[in-house]
Amino acid sequence: MHMSDGLLNAPVSIVFLVVAAVGVGFALVKARADLDDRTAPMAGLVATFIFAVQMINFPILPGASGHLLGGALAAILVGPWVGALCVTIVLVVQALLFADGGLTALGANVTNMALIGTATGFVVAIALRKFAEKGKGGLAAVAFISAFVNTVVAATGFIVEYAIGGAGGVEIGKVALLMWGLHALIGIGEGLITAVTVTSVASIRPDLVYLLKGNTKPLEVRS
Amino acid sequence: MRKFFIGFAFVSLLIAGVLSYFASGDPDGLDKTVEDTGIAEHAQEHPFSGSTFADYALGGDDKFTGLAGVLGVVVVLALSFGLFWVLRKKSDAQ
Repeated sequence: MHMSDGLLNAPVSIVFLVVAAVGVGFALVKARADLDDRTAPMAGLVATFIFAVQMINFPILPGASGHLLGGALAAILVGPWVGALCVTIVLVVQALLFADGGLTALGANVTNMALIGTATGFVVAIALRKFAEKGKGGLAAVAFISAFVNTVVAATGFIVEYAIGGAGGVEIGKVALLMWGLHALIGIGEGLITAVTVTSVASIRPDLVYLLKGNTKPLEVRS
Repeated sequence: MRKFFIGFAFVSLLIAGVLSYFASGDPDGLDKTVEDTGIAEHAQEHPFSGSTFADYALGGDDKFTGLAGVLGVVVVLALSFGLFWVLRKKSDAQ
């Protein structure tokens, strides 16, 4: 879901660079409370895993593919603030080192995947947390649903940005229909990957799953 | 604890270094959308499209996707671990 430069006009690109900078700055401040000697290495590994899995485009239709965005995955494992930073680091490295995702578009890409995606995944996961605490099946279902919603809502971010100031003046309904249709399918993949990953971590190290720690209040650190 | 972290890093290396060769080359959902609607005509060339590791290759050669993946894993791990380690609350309750 990495957009190139030029798809959004310059003013809108700049607005979203500012939105992304403010959001990431806020996350940097809030993330401190969730990071300690144990969770900091975990967060680094979550960012690394998201980078790796984003390389794997899976087919969804003939001629179309999708890849993990990782917002819900990160939020469930390391919390929303650290999670947003994980996805941001991935997007910055992809844009600078691999020419994947434009530079003026980086603000919009961070807004969609790191901020909107992670926030959405977190809100859904927290709303369903009581099911996640009931066992592996519940956790898998919650991970799947929050990842699915994160994908579709992150895709909506692009639709909104295009509506505000997209190049080419294509009818927004057409853009929305394609984005939602394709990302509903991609969301299934995102859901499956997230469910498998989260339940795998939970079966080995449940203490490293943020969602299972009752850790929405940052100071309740158990050690 | 260390075993889990090493295992997790190893899985990422394996995915980026080996599984990446099996990734679909078709456009992703957003690319497909902008291609089908003609929005893609307005896309600008990436300023770094000629750089060494552009498009997860080495000098444009896809044979080295796995190598680019491993490099990416190392870079993301170093940057994120560094950032999170600096940001963390120091545990003085040892």
